[in-house]
Amino acid sequence: MQEVHQTTVMKPPITRVGVIRWARANLFSSVFNSFLTVVTIYFLWKIVPGLIRWAFIDSSWATTGAQCRAGGGACWSIVTKNVRFIIFGFFPYEWQWRPLLAMIILFSLLIVSRNRRYWKKWLGYLWLIGLFVMGLLLKGGLFGLPSVESTKWSGLPLTLLLSVFGLTAAYPLGVLLALGRQSRMPAIKSLSVVYIETIRGVPLISLLFMSSVMFPLFLPEGITINNILRAQVAIILFTAAYIAEVVRGGLQAISRGQYEAAESLGLNYYQKMRLIILPQALKIVIPPSVGILISAFKDTSLVVIIGLFDLLKTTQATLSDPRWMGFSVEAYIFIALIYFTGCFSMSSYSRRLERELYRGT
Amino acid sequence: MAQEVADSPEITASTKIPFWYDPTKRAIIYQVVVLGMVGFVAYYLFTNTLANLERQNIATGFGFFSKEASFEIGESPIPYSAADTYGRALLVGALNTIKVAFIGVILTVILGSFIGIARLSKNWLVAKLASLYIEVMQDIPVLLQLVFWYAVFYESFPSPRQALSPIRGVYFSNRGMVFAVLQPHQVYGYMALAFVVGCFAVWTLHRWAKKRQEKTGQIFPVFLVSIAILLVLPLVTWLLGGAPLKMNFPKLVGFNFEGGATLSPEFAALLSGLVLYTAAFVAEIVRAGIQAISRGQVEAAMSLGLRPGKVLRLVILPQALRVIIPPLTSQMLNLTKNSTLALAIGYPDFVSVANTTINQTGQAIEGVGLIMVVYLFFSLSTSALMNWYNKKVALVER
Repeated sequence: MQEVHQTTVMKPPITRVGVIRWARANLFSSVFNSFLTVVTIYFLWKIVPGLIRWAFIDSSWATTGAQCRAGGGACWSIVTKNVRFIIFGFFPYEWQWRPLLAMIILFSLLIVSRNRRYWKKWLGYLWLIGLFVMGLLLKGGLFGLPSVESTKWSGLPLTLLLSVFGLTAAYPLGVLLALGRQSRMPAIKSLSVVYIETIRGVPLISLLFMSSVMFPLFLPEGITINNILRAQVAIILFTAAYIAEVVRGGLQAISRGQYEAAESLGLNYYQKMRLIILPQALKIVIPPSVGILISAFKDTSLVVIIGLFDLLKTTQATLSDPRWMGFSVEAYIFIALIYFTGCFSMSSYSRRLERELYRGT
Repeated sequence: MAQEVADSPEITASTKIPFWYDPTKRAIIYQVVVLGMVGFVAYYLFTNTLANLERQNIATGFGFFSKEASFEIGESPIPYSAADTYGRALLVGALNTIKVAFIGVILTVILGSFIGIARLSKNWLVAKLASLYIEVMQDIPVLLQLVFWYAVFYESFPSPRQALSPIRGVYFSNRGMVFAVLQPHQVYGYMALAFVVGCFAVWTLHRWAKKRQEKTGQIFPVFLVSIAILLVLPLVTWLLGGAPLKMNFPKLVGFNFEGGATLSPEFAALLSGLVLYTAAFVAEIVRAGIQAISRGQVEAAMSLGLRPGKVLRLVILPQALRVIIPPLTSQMLNLTKNSTLALAIGYPDFVSVANTTINQTGQAIEGVGLIMVVYLFFSLSTSALMNWYNKKVALVER
């Protein structure tokens, strides 16, 4: 008996713990895997140090364009020296705090809305007030703020405006279209189907063209609508078709029993939809709706093509300045970072939400 | 009880129900109202448009098709000059769109599958790099990627006089990549013919082998023999034709190259932007498709004694494709629709040519209508093709 207790505690073999175990399991589990790892590390070794050298060590951060050309590394000065123009565009210089404040309001609203506990009625009202205040800050003309022509709205605020207002206005239209597509009335159903399928079949550019060159022909003589509003209408019409398809998915996911139960309670169509079906369907489609917001955010960059000065166009305007010519890569990387931050935070939120929603029910 | 209900006075047909409580009649009224509203808006826009067109003296109709276009197009798969008609210019645009979309879709599927499989790799480093790629590419607007690649190609390559030449006959400059091609020769046509004949032979062989296997159970190595047929037939034709190998080398004349084939920076930027962006989405689709197959399927196939190659070909792929095809179709359509962004970097695709046409003729309605119809046609034909293929691979319910 005594001998049994005298066993010495042996450490596990070094290949079974810590870094080595991890590397064996994840990097060198087979001949092919080891080969893959070695090749990948070789390529990273070839590329990454050069990239770091270019981006950080040899780079210039607050010089003029000419000094940059002499330097050789990345020229981040194009961003640091022009950041206000890239972000705010032609908005009057001394009033640029207004779009900044509007964006801060938008981001705070978005951050508040992340929490599912706050999804109450007051949040909806808060959004309405927020959107109104943001519009007021941009437009001015009230409370002593001088009015700013909408032709001067540009840069990041314009990008955000087009995507956020686009989605907000497109949502009700999309829900209507989805209901229309589910309808038993042939005329309404076919109108909805034709609209949705046509819009989804054509590129956004053709709608933007329509808004810029065809729309003026539609209006009676003497009435003109400014560029931004026309592009906004095109984006709304486009987004609505995609929302309609997402909402239709939600409507189809609700079991027939829910419809039948609502009908047997004696609810009419509007009561049935408003009280029973839509609250459930819209909750299911929140994650894919975030996906649509992401694409709307990315797609607004297309307004460049009809000459609106969004984030991409202000960057290109900076690049056409002879003092800063030739540093496109640095400038584009900067705005790519802005887009990436926005889209990545939205998509990771949407994934988290999806997990929570499906676990919750 | 049932008798009583049927007899109760409220429900018998003789009592008049006011027509607004009758769902069928109410539906008719709703539809008439909606159609009336749509019709009214359409009529209003139509009359406004007519008045505006008349006031601005803009012609209507497609008469401009046969007029002289008088603008040059940078690159064209068919002969074109400024003296040709608008109709031909638009055709050139459409062919350019088809070219970029076709090559783009093929490259995207290859790259996307590769990354999707890498994403599932047991190798930690490879899997992480693949997911980093997917995340970054999905979250940057495709237009930004296009202008980025265009800037890279245009700014970082030297002018044609200082062109880089890694191997003889290939030059990189900011006018694009110029490379030597084989000089046209009769024999190449015959080689193509031989290849088509080879394809037909392979198809016949495949059918024969399948029949033989069903009858006798013997397996014929169809794959290896097919590859041999497809390679040997054209090769023999080439040797019989005297093995022509004369190359057409590009030469620097003045400020640009002459001869050889050119890959313009616009085309290269458009193609790389579209492929790199869409491949990220395709990779996610492929990953989901592979993950949708339960492990039991693979284990069952292996326990039947199938070799790994056959497990992949007979068990995994047919099931994964079923999940992959529908979302893949929509990504292909997205790529085609995103190719319209060519306008931003000056590649003459259909939208870009149509845009020039609109600016020159002022006929915006016809121009935009044409764009919509052409892309609807692309969309509908692609989805019809993919639906047909999908039906072929779809689960056959017995």
